[in-house]
Amino acid sequence: MAALEVRGVSKHFGGLRALSGIDLRLGDAEILGLIGPNGAGKTTLFSVISGFLRPDAGSVHLDGRELLGLRPHQICRLGLARTFQIVQPFPHLSVVDNVMIGAFNRRSDGRRARQQALDVLARTGLGPVADRPAHVLPIGLRKRLELARALATEPRILLLDEVMAGLNPAEVEATVAIIRAIRASGIAILVIEHVMAAVMGLSDRIAVLHHGELIAEGSPAEVARDPKVVAAYLGEPFLAA
Amino acid sequence: MRRLPLLLLAVGAVIPLLVRSEYVIGTLTLIYFFAFVGQGWNILGGYAGQFSFGHALFFGIGAYTSSLLFVKAGLTPWVGMWCGAALAVLAGLLTGHLSFRFGLRGAYFALIMLAFAEIFRVAATNLDWVGGSFGILVPLRGHAPALFQFGDKRYFYYIILLMLAGATYGVRRLESSKLGYQMAAIRENESAAEGLGVNAYRVKLTAMALSAGLTARGGSFYAQYFSYVDPAIGFGPTNSIEILLRPIIGGAGTVWGPLLGSFLLGGLGEGTRGLVKSYAGVHLMIYGVILMAAVVFLPHGVMGWLRRRGVRG
Amino acid sequence: MSASVVLSSLANGVMLGGLYALVALGLTLIFGVMKIINFAHGALMMWAMYASFWLAKLGGVDPYLSLAVTLPVGFAAGYAIQRAVITPVLEAPEHNQLLMTLGLALFLENLALLAFKADPRTLLVSYSQASVSLGPILLSLPRLLAFAGALAVTLLLFLFLKFTDLGKALRAAAEERDGAALVGIPVRRVYAVAFGIGTACVTAAGAMAVPFFYVSPEVGNTLVITAFVVVVLGGMGSFAGALAGGLLVGVVESLGGLFVHGSLAQIGIFALFILVLLFKPSGLLGAPSA
Ligand SMILES: Nc1ncnc2c1ncn2[C@@H]1O[C@H](COP(=O)(O)OP(=O)(O)O)[C@@H](O)[C@H]1O
Ligand SMILES: [Mg+2]
Repeated sequence: MAALEVRGVSKHFGGLRALSGIDLRLGDAEILGLIGPNGAGKTTLFSVISGFLRPDAGSVHLDGRELLGLRPHQICRLGLARTFQIVQPFPHLSVVDNVMIGAFNRRSDGRRARQQALDVLARTGLGPVADRPAHVLPIGLRKRLELARALATEPRILLLDEVMAGLNPAEVEATVAIIRAIRASGIAILVIEHVMAAVMGLSDRIAVLHHGELIAEGSPAEVARDPKVVAAYLGEPFLAA
Repeated sequence: MRRLPLLLLAVGAVIPLLVRSEYVIGTLTLIYFFAFVGQGWNILGGYAGQFSFGHALFFGIGAYTSSLLFVKAGLTPWVGMWCGAALAVLAGLLTGHLSFRFGLRGAYFALIMLAFAEIFRVAATNLDWVGGSFGILVPLRGHAPALFQFGDKRYFYYIILLMLAGATYGVRRLESSKLGYQMAAIRENESAAEGLGVNAYRVKLTAMALSAGLTARGGSFYAQYFSYVDPAIGFGPTNSIEILLRPIIGGAGTVWGPLLGSFLLGGLGEGTRGLVKSYAGVHLMIYGVILMAAVVFLPHGVMGWLRRRGVRG
Repeated sequence: MSASVVLSSLANGVMLGGLYALVALGLTLIFGVMKIINFAHGALMMWAMYASFWLAKLGGVDPYLSLAVTLPVGFAAGYAIQRAVITPVLEAPEHNQLLMTLGLALFLENLALLAFKADPRTLLVSYSQASVSLGPILLSLPRLLAFAGALAVTLLLFLFLKFTDLGKALRAAAEERDGAALVGIPVRRVYAVAFGIGTACVTAAGAMAVPFFYVSPEVGNTLVITAFVVVVLGGMGSFAGALAGGLLVGVVESLGGLFVHGSLAQIGIFALFILVLLFKPSGLLGAPSA
């Protein structure tokens, strides 16, 4: 049984079909890369899976359990956490307090939550800025904080929405290493990414969305050769990367 | 710094032994009282970020419940106070459920709370059974501690001091608890909080219940202290403003904000009352100016200003 | 109860509703343009009422004629308030904007209390008690005048927004603050004009109310809460909504007062307000809520 199973999910905004009959499976401790041009519907799919948007049709199962109709906090409690493409920190709280909010997902004791938060900060390299208010962080670290907070909820499945966009190559490399370590701890990860080199190197499999439809799925090498994918990305320099 | 709260409490406790002036004791009693109800507002408005412009609703329920139970059934306000708190919690859960279930936020939430309080004010004005527009006079029984009546005002001073100490301690504990963190998360970014497992609806309702219960007990205290409550004093919009003013000036969402704000405004209220005796409304006029100035120059209250200058508290 | 009493009450409710609509119009204009709920709106109206009251009492100027003075002053006051008080919080969190206008309301209201004392005053003009009969319906003349005046102001405002450059700039700034700034609209000045017009609306309402409504420092409180109800009923920022909402509230109050105790009608209006906020925050006439 797949850890996460998306079946026939469709969603439209007014006349725009943002998602049409999407089927996806994410295995245990797998990394699945979700790519596609801007506006393809990737973020919308994340929002449907994590309970922020209600789809028009389809179903989402986590370990065989239906997620549709559950509120985001319930889904998080069941072990699925997401990051936001447009980062959503708690701006006036310190970095460690931000992460503690996530840590409280699995515990009620303040001291334990703090310990868990500090552990996560260490794993994500945010230890040195633990006491800064979140709103003063540069964008690279804010993306990292987004990841740390989600990780602190102790998910089985993590959805990462462009956590590497806008980072410099050294930062990308650091984030890739962090994601690999997360997977090594047994967490399955669905990554939306625009930094192609990173996502190709990182993912076990790749799925390609285009105009709300899944046009290809397979190993990174297969997908890169797929003519439909090449056409969808025509003019975008991703194959060269 | 850790001993500071106990030190303050000790100072508060010895003041009546050193100072005989009824005026000073009366002023301090009111300062503590406003800090107390301000702390009630602070839980919902400051920590959970849900600005209520109608907290007089809970205040009035507290004041009316304890007074009515005493007048009509002879029940001591010591118990009536908790009955009032329970009713206020119920009212809070009801108004909160309606508001939060339907996703009211910001100005809309502020306005709906105002409307709820206004309904109670108009109803209280028109129900003769609760005293109509005249309100309720609590009959005096001399020095009767069991009935929350005292021959010496210093008893009230100690009671409200203890109530305030309890509330402050409670809020301090709340701040570092899971609930406190979740309230802060909702205030800062509700949908991000939900994504991290925070049940925003439940947390907001809990904040509402705590806030309502605390504010209501302040209302009961007020009715006993002045032996009187009427619809405007209890449920009126001016009271709602009085309740939120101090925590805002002192620093909403901080443990010491309500007390600090109450001292600042209390001292000021007294100062101006001396200056321009007999002019009703002057202190409210000055509050208006202070509120405007605070919004521009101290957007996070005095505590925010202190924090920026590196004072931790 | 005879049919003509009910009809007259209905008609008088409509008249009163016209006045409410005018108050709400100013509020909804300011909200529509700046997304700010002006708690000081009622206090401004109260000051306008006092201005017309004293001009009549001391100077013998008819309240309607006093508009020649009070309207420009009201506009200028609104313009200045925007500049001095609202501009500093345009980018501030919503609750701080609310607190700002709340502080202004407190100041204005208690300044009036200081200046004029708490006692309600009423102005008697020659036509205060006059009435007009239309078939079986008996209409209070000052209310009829206020209604006509309110309609006239609404129409003027509508024409202004639709056909003048300034009006168009105002609508543009309302729709898209940054976009308007980009195409060279001086947004801050336009905002000040909006606040000025909003204040002028309550100034007009104040003058028209004085012949049949008491004046006291607290009267603004009552009126602004009614205006909130009207604005929310009609949909925040909607002109047609303010008009319809005003009429509805006026009628409910007037008819309600006939059948049930007046205060119950008042509770009914608050209850309606709460229901609309909950179920259709875009207003009864607004777009369907998402
Ligand atoms: N809340 C929304 N309302 C209307 N349209 C939306 C909304 N969210 C996304 N869209 C539209 O849906 C399409 C898919 O958006 P999105 O999922 O953000 O794409 P991606 O993340 O792949 O860049 C886009 O055309 C976008 O404009
Ligand atoms: Mg996206």
